[in-house]
Formats: sequence, structure tokens, C-alpha cells
Amino acid sequence: MFETSFTWNDLKYMLEGAWITILLTIGAMFIGSLGGLVFGLLRAIFPRASLPLAWVLDIFRSVPLLIQFVLFNAFKSIVGLDMSVFMVACLVLGVYSAAYCAEIVRGGVLAVPLEVRRASRSLGLTFMQDLRYITLPLATRVAFPGWLNLTLGVMKDTALVMWIGLIELLRASQTIVTRIQEPLLVLCIAGLIYYIMSWVVSQVGARIEKRWQQDD
Amino acid sequence: MIEIDKVHKSFGQLEVIKGVSLTVDKGEVVSIIGGSGSGKSTLLMCINGLESIQSGSIRVDGVEVHAPGTDLNRLRRKIGIVFQQWNAFPHLTVLENVMLAPRKVLGKSKAEAEEVAVRQLKHVGLSDKLKVFPGKLSGGQQQRMAIARALAMSPDYMLFDEATSALDPQLVGEVLDTMRLLAEEGMTMILVTHEIRFARDVSDRVAFFRNGVVHEIGTPDQVIGNPQKPETADFLKSVN
Repeated sequence: MFETSFTWNDLKYMLEGAWITILLTIGAMFIGSLGGLVFGLLRAIFPRASLPLAWVLDIFRSVPLLIQFVLFNAFKSIVGLDMSVFMVACLVLGVYSAAYCAEIVRGGVLAVPLEVRRASRSLGLTFMQDLRYITLPLATRVAFPGWLNLTLGVMKDTALVMWIGLIELLRASQTIVTRIQEPLLVLCIAGLIYYIMSWVVSQVGARIEKRWQQDD
Repeated sequence: MIEIDKVHKSFGQLEVIKGVSLTVDKGEVVSIIGGSGSGKSTLLMCINGLESIQSGSIRVDGVEVHAPGTDLNRLRRKIGIVFQQWNAFPHLTVLENVMLAPRKVLGKSKAEAEEVAVRQLKHVGLSDKLKVFPGKLSGGQQQRMAIARALAMSPDYMLFDEATSALDPQLVGEVLDTMRLLAEEGMTMILVTHEIRFARDVSDRVAFFRNGVVHEIGTPDQVIGNPQKPETADFLKSVN
């Protein structure tokens, strides 16, 4: 029969790792979405003046995340910043996702027809009012699927934080594999937990999109 | 009163308006006709400051539109504009489309804004569509909603930029009827239009634009009925 040394305690350990994964994803996407919103708006509204910003964001999109983690962690030690590993992980992942999110936001804003914005401005709405009541709500509908994609991507990229010593789901799984030598079972369980987390995010997203579609 | 004085407007190297002067009095309905690329639509955008001008001046009730210190957002409250593409706000219901500017720009309460919006939507014959999203409306209905949206700001002037050009032929009539109603109520209007017969019916004056200038201007009976310039006659022949 099927025998395993995998215990309930191991599962609990993995779930604790999963909780770190969730917290990291939330923290990173919070930073990433805020940063992406600001950067993306700048890119969409002042395409030329914000060109230097685009170059900087390109660096964060182009350099592998692992290198960014290690470099920033080393930088932190050299400069002597007092930051927990979790904060470092959040920050690096957050800046990385902000770089992606900026393009998502930019695409969404540019997808709002200029004529619609003119119509709102012609009614006397200020630039900020147009942004708040017309352009951003419309851009959000366009950008949302891409943003959701990014969230799922970031959730899996959190696995890289194990290299700077944070124990999240994948690292927790590896520890158990090392001990009980049953990689297939443990990785299947880890994969299932990732899948369930992603599934919940997708479901929430699908529900939100469905509500928007009723408008059209 | 709208006073347009020797206005020049270029897009890059291309000069589309080459010295247009035109004065529109309170209560007057002026139609602008002419071929595409003659600068008609651009002129409307200049009047409410959506487009800049290179030289000349445009004054609305004495306020210089393109002067540096002019509060365009305030000025635009009294200039309604209806575009060729209806430009509904697709994420808002018909009622919300019309309520938005009175609430956010004029600072009306929700109840006040709703009252105005309902009245204007009734005016354009959309009372039964209040809770509907624009995507469910026909082009003609969306355009009438756009008119109600502009009217909800109680503008002193209404500009129509080829308001019926993008509509299916059978929907043109309902929008023209709404515009005719406004003209009869004494609204000051500038219409850029290809509906020559309509222009002749409702206008006090008609201006024929050609190559960025006012080529001929006068009463509808003069300009459309008995054009003095051969180019005007040619244009009228080509659209009929």
C-alpha cells in the first residue's frame, strides 16, 4: 500500500510557508500597483518627458529577479539598512512588479479613446476629474486582465525569495523533501497549494470582470 | 456672443484655418458647411479651447478663450458641444452620463443633478432609458443622450460637430428633430453639418468654408438658395 513519512506537521509547515507567499504577494502587489499606477500615468500622459523613467523601469524588467534580490540584499548589508528580510523581499518584488504594472496601466490609459476624454473635458471636468471619473475607470477595465496575470506571476516569483533566506512555500517544501526524501509527493502538494491560491485569485477576478461586462 | 477674429490654426506644418472671422450673436443659429478638411470641425474645438490657435482671437461673452489666464473649465460650462462620434461614457448609465458634470463641475447635490438629468433626458425623448448603459442604445439614442448631457449644464451656447454624420440614415431624423427643437427654443447654436436642407431650415446664417477660410456667408436663402461664388454652387451641387 501507499506509505509515506509525510505528516500533518509537515503540511502545517508548508501552509505556514504558503501564508508567507500570500503576504509577500499582497505586499509586492500593493507596492507594485501603486508604483505602476503613478509610473504608468506619467508614461501615458507625458510620453516624452518620462522617457528616462521608462529606461529605469526597463532595467527592472530586464534584469532577472534573482539577481535583483541578491544585489539588493547585498546593498542593504553594505549600507547597513535596518530592514527585515521580508521587507527586502516585498520591496524588490514590489519594484519589479511596478515596472510591469506601469506598462499595464499605460496600455489601459492609452486604450481610452481621446474623443471620450475630450467629451468629458468639454463638459467642464478638470484634468483630474476626467482622470478620476472617466479615464481611470475605463482604463481599469482594459488593464485588469493584465494586472491579474501579473498578480499570478508575482505569486510564483515569490519562490525566489528563498535565496535570501525567507521561508515561503517552496522553500518549506524543499526542507521537507530533504528530510523525508519524497520529492514527488511533496512537490505535488506544493503545486496543489499554489494552484488553489491562484484559482481563488482567478475566480475573484472573473467575478469582477463579469460585473463590468453587464455594463456593455 | 462668440467673436472669432482672424484665427489661424495649424497642425504642425499643415495650416487648417487660415484667418477666419465670424461673429455669432445670442440666439442666433449659424451653420457651417463645406468639404472635409476645410477646417470646420477644428474651429469648433478652438471655440471651447480643446484646440489651441496660432494667432487671432476667439472671445466668448468677452472672455478671451486662448489667453493664458483663462479658466477653460469654467468657460466650458457654458459651451455645450456634441461630437460626431457620440462619446458616451460607457461605464455609466444614461442617467449617470448626464448627471456627472452637473454634480462634479457645478457641485449640485445628487437629487438636484438627477432632477436636471431626468428633465433633459425627457426633453430628448429618452425617459425610458435612464438605467440603461449606453452600449445598449442605438446610435441615434446615444447622440440624443450626448445632447442631453451637454444641455444638463444649462449652456448658453451649443456647438454641433457633424452630429449626424456617423448615424445610419434612418436615425438621422430623430437627432435633427432634437436639434430643431433647441433652435426653436432660442438656443445659440453653431452647427457644422452636411445636412444642407436642415441647415437651410433652422439657420439664421450659413457660412461656406473652403480651404480654411469663410468663402461665403449670408442668410440660408442667399448662400444655399442663390450662391454668389461658383465654388459654393459646386459644393452644393456635389452634396445634393
